Amino acid sequence: MKKVYTRPRSLKRNPFHYCPGCGHSIIHRVMTELIDEMNLQERIIGIPPPGCSVFAYYYFDIDMAESAHGRGAAVATGMKRAFPEAIVFTYQGDGDLAAIGTAETIHAANRGEKITAIFINNAVYGMTGGQMAPTTLLDQQTTTTPYGRDVKLEGYPIRMSEILALVEGAVYIERTAVNSPANIRRTKKAIRKALQTQIDDLGFSLVEILSPCPTNWKMSPLEAWQWIDKEMTKQFPLGVIKDTTGDKDAN
Amino acid sequence: MNGNSAIGEAAIRAGCQCYFGYPITPQNELTEYMATHLSRRKGCSFVQAESEISAINMVYGASVAGVRVMTSSSSPGISLKQEGISYLAACELPAVIVNMSRGGPGLGSIVASQSDYFQATRGGGHGDYRTIVLAPSSVQELADLTHHAFDLADKYQIPVIILGDGMLGQMMEPVEFKHEAPEELPIRSRALRGAKGRPSRIIKTFTSKPTELEELNWSLYRRYQLIRKEETSYETFLVEDAELIVVAFGIAARIAKGAIKNARTDGLKVGMLRPITLWPFPSAKVEELANGTKHFLVFEMNMGQMIEDVQLALAGKGEVSFYGRPGGVIPTPSEVFRVVSRLYYQKGLK
Repeated sequence: MKKVYTRPRSLKRNPFHYCPGCGHSIIHRVMTELIDEMNLQERIIGIPPPGCSVFAYYYFDIDMAESAHGRGAAVATGMKRAFPEAIVFTYQGDGDLAAIGTAETIHAANRGEKITAIFINNAVYGMTGGQMAPTTLLDQQTTTTPYGRDVKLEGYPIRMSEILALVEGAVYIERTAVNSPANIRRTKKAIRKALQTQIDDLGFSLVEILSPCPTNWKMSPLEAWQWIDKEMTKQFPLGVIKDTTGDKDAN
Repeated sequence: MNGNSAIGEAAIRAGCQCYFGYPITPQNELTEYMATHLSRRKGCSFVQAESEISAINMVYGASVAGVRVMTSSSSPGISLKQEGISYLAACELPAVIVNMSRGGPGLGSIVASQSDYFQATRGGGHGDYRTIVLAPSSVQELADLTHHAFDLADKYQIPVIILGDGMLGQMMEPVEFKHEAPEELPIRSRALRGAKGRPSRIIKTFTSKPTELEELNWSLYRRYQLIRKEETSYETFLVEDAELIVVAFGIAARIAKGAIKNARTDGLKVGMLRPITLWPFPSAKVEELANGTKHFLVFEMNMGQMIEDVQLALAGKGEVSFYGRPGGVIPTPSEVFRVVSRLYYQKGLK
């Protein structure tokens, strides 16, 4: 009998702690498939953040080092500079990458650091209990925007990928989602391209992934998937945002 | 050579492969030295980071990857680095952090001060940890202790602070480098370099189990006890017959030495204890000196910080006076001499 689906070699046997319908487990699965397929397990180093995915190191069977909140891009810079043969990725949420770590992210991109950021955008601070994120949509209710995000008080949901596209050292940026099998496949393709960009030593790459958080959105997993299509993608349109890798076949 | 550049050269000769910094006066010559002399060396890297916070986190990343790494700054910048230093301590990662301190609090001044003693010797960031703190008092010692700092960091897998000041950093003195830069240093065994030929590894501190974190704290504590036993270092000067002992560190000790020489010329029996490691503090030596005299003068360029360690060490067995100049004011040897002789007569020592 032919085996058509199995646990990736670089995914540990530990059961995920994530909530039902959470996007992290899908993204972990996709990434570990890629680590296997691209034969990276022996040279990749991951940097998980504080937040729901802090325990990523219990799932990825690769070398991983915890980062302080927001500092992933700086930690990755130090690691890559000290050991350029490594493939280094950060795994960061929206609060991590687009609020407290904005400076680290933009300047790592601007230096063209050969690192890859996996940027999980779920429009909310997940682990701390559903507070407003820099990416929270207008009118979206969170525990710190109980009346809905008011542009006059809380400003706009920040489009970090578009901002980073203006930075010359960033060479590949794509926004995807994990709310349908087709989008999951596109996400996998985007991460593959981002990692390949790093392997080819071309510069900074980032994949922003719109990811459901049914718990804090107070929705069922299915409603959360639908909300990404109906609401999130209006503010955060999917697609390749920047590609100066010179790859003619790019998407 | 100025003190800042001497640190840079000593670091390179100690096999420092990565330096991450951010400009701040009065330590810029060090960052510039590394930009000139480290950045193009084979296998080495220099980054002028976007902030002190980023620089210390780059240090963390490079230390995770197993190389010798350094950053430097001055007081306000060192405050920003405390988050990263706490993570380095928690993850048992070696690194050398140079603080060429200046007057505070706040933006303060850009001239020499010793007001970061508490911050340096009590950990500095959040959590229950210590760092080894070395306090040089000459350019030669800056060079020697920089080399030693890398060895200590590796030996104990701990961040080491070099606590200098703006004056030491700027002053020009002859310096002899006792080591040649090594060709290549071995990569540390705990380093993350990809899970090749071994199981994957994690470097982390977060845990949902308090007992696990308690065990980490105990393990750090045991290491700190060992460091206290093995690495405490100090210099004594004319203490054998001293009726009054000045306790001072760094540049203040240099100033005090001049004052003590003058006092000796006047026939006053004054000596000095100069802690070289501020943490671990030479408490046992202070206690031992109290067998000879009861009179101690702590002299610092701050409002009185190391004095607490002296008092703790004496536990009431001696009388401790204090003279301090905060805010970046540099006292002269003759000023300290006046303080010393006044105290000497007040205590009826002659």
